[in-house]
Amino acid sequence: MHRYDLIIVGAGIIGAAVARECARSGLRVAIVEAGTPGGGITAAGMGHVVVMDDSPAQLALTAFSRGLWREESFPVSVEYASPGTIWIAADEEEMAEVFTKKETYARAGVHSQVLSAPALAALEPNLRAGLAGGLLVPEDGVMYPPAAAAYFLRQAKEWGAEMIAGRAARAGEGSVSLDGGLRLTARFVLLATGMDCALLPAMPLRMRKGHLVITDRYPGFVSHQLVELGYLKSAHKVAGDSVAFNVQPRQTGQLLIGSSRQYGSDTVAINQEILTRMLQRAEHYMPGLGAVSALRIWTGFRAATEDKLPLLGPAEGLSDDPTLWLAVGFEGLGYTHAPGAARLLADRLLGRASAMELEPFLPARLKGSAAGKALHA
Amino acid sequence: MPEAMPEAQCVQIYLNGMPRQVARGTSVAAALLLHAVPCRESVKGTPRAALCGMGICFECRAVINGVAHRRTCQINCLDEMRVETQR
Repeated sequence: MHRYDLIIVGAGIIGAAVARECARSGLRVAIVEAGTPGGGITAAGMGHVVVMDDSPAQLALTAFSRGLWREESFPVSVEYASPGTIWIAADEEEMAEVFTKKETYARAGVHSQVLSAPALAALEPNLRAGLAGGLLVPEDGVMYPPAAAAYFLRQAKEWGAEMIAGRAARAGEGSVSLDGGLRLTARFVLLATGMDCALLPAMPLRMRKGHLVITDRYPGFVSHQLVELGYLKSAHKVAGDSVAFNVQPRQTGQLLIGSSRQYGSDTVAINQEILTRMLQRAEHYMPGLGAVSALRIWTGFRAATEDKLPLLGPAEGLSDDPTLWLAVGFEGLGYTHAPGAARLLADRLLGRASAMELEPFLPARLKGSAAGKALHA
Repeated sequence: MPEAMPEAQCVQIYLNGMPRQVARGTSVAAALLLHAVPCRESVKGTPRAALCGMGICFECRAVINGVAHRRTCQINCLDEMRVETQR
């Protein structure tokens, strides 16, 4: 008899969300975390809860997850709000994409609203003149990811989940061994370890570095999460380094300014050239940003898969161990995906019917992927 | 105090819209302290005033001529300068 049904390695926003979902469904859950819960990738990003439409599977999971975010009753500390996203079209070509995107969203039941150039300027007067318009997605949200992870974790514990501080040295075959010798057993072991592939080097993840800037308080300067529509091209279709205009208003009036994407850099140091390009891009869309004062700049690493979808479910194909499950590879969308991914994994573990299919996210699809071999050879 | 001073040695500024005279060479931080006007309010709405007085601590930030987050201890009052408590 195992002590647990599920041991989750990693108490970031994903591990915490899965722990809560499984604990409240009646599973005996342990969460193993070596560092500060929510202190890894979870603490590095913006916390944008956004419906994305790179692929049908991504659209389905982000829309499903966003719906779950909107059902929560968060404490103030989570700073959850729904300012909405505005996808900004710089020119007529991008404006054509706005209409396509609206139709794609509508088919998925996601409400959005086309903004003409004057409507965009009225909503966000600090954007530069001459933009073509945009697409407002009013139900998209923002939150503070480490606080959301802490909240999920607190609820998980209320449902009986146990938090175990320690580094997992080995995981699999129904057990997790900690540094110091403690060995925990369970029916299943789930790796929610972000970018750390030490426990399963075959995980086909690539680090994609990003930079973020947080400014002093400028209440009212920006009212929605603003993302250039070109982001879709620059962030998700280009293999090399890229920057995009992406600004988020925080409840304090502070602004988070992003974004950058780089493969092949594993140092946390700020890359001045990328940072400069990123800020020039931001100023190009919002000239007034040149005069705001930045408080802090940092970097983080997204765990990217080659098809831009997370690895959710049994590690079959990447491991022969039938007890090993994965919840990794969210590439910056882990904030959005957390509750949806947690629900789908719990459904599968419990044999419940799901609101949507898990199949597109099963790790087996990336068996033998080039990324995994190159990175961990 | 400012009333007793010859006009040439004074500058007129506006603190939250109220006209005030201070001695030429007065820093904006000092002018705010003289007239008991907070330079800014914290996230939770409590008033703040200059602390280090030498440009390091950023406690003394205020809005000067419409520009937010100016360090008032590093800026002298000029005629017709408009200073607002930053909220």
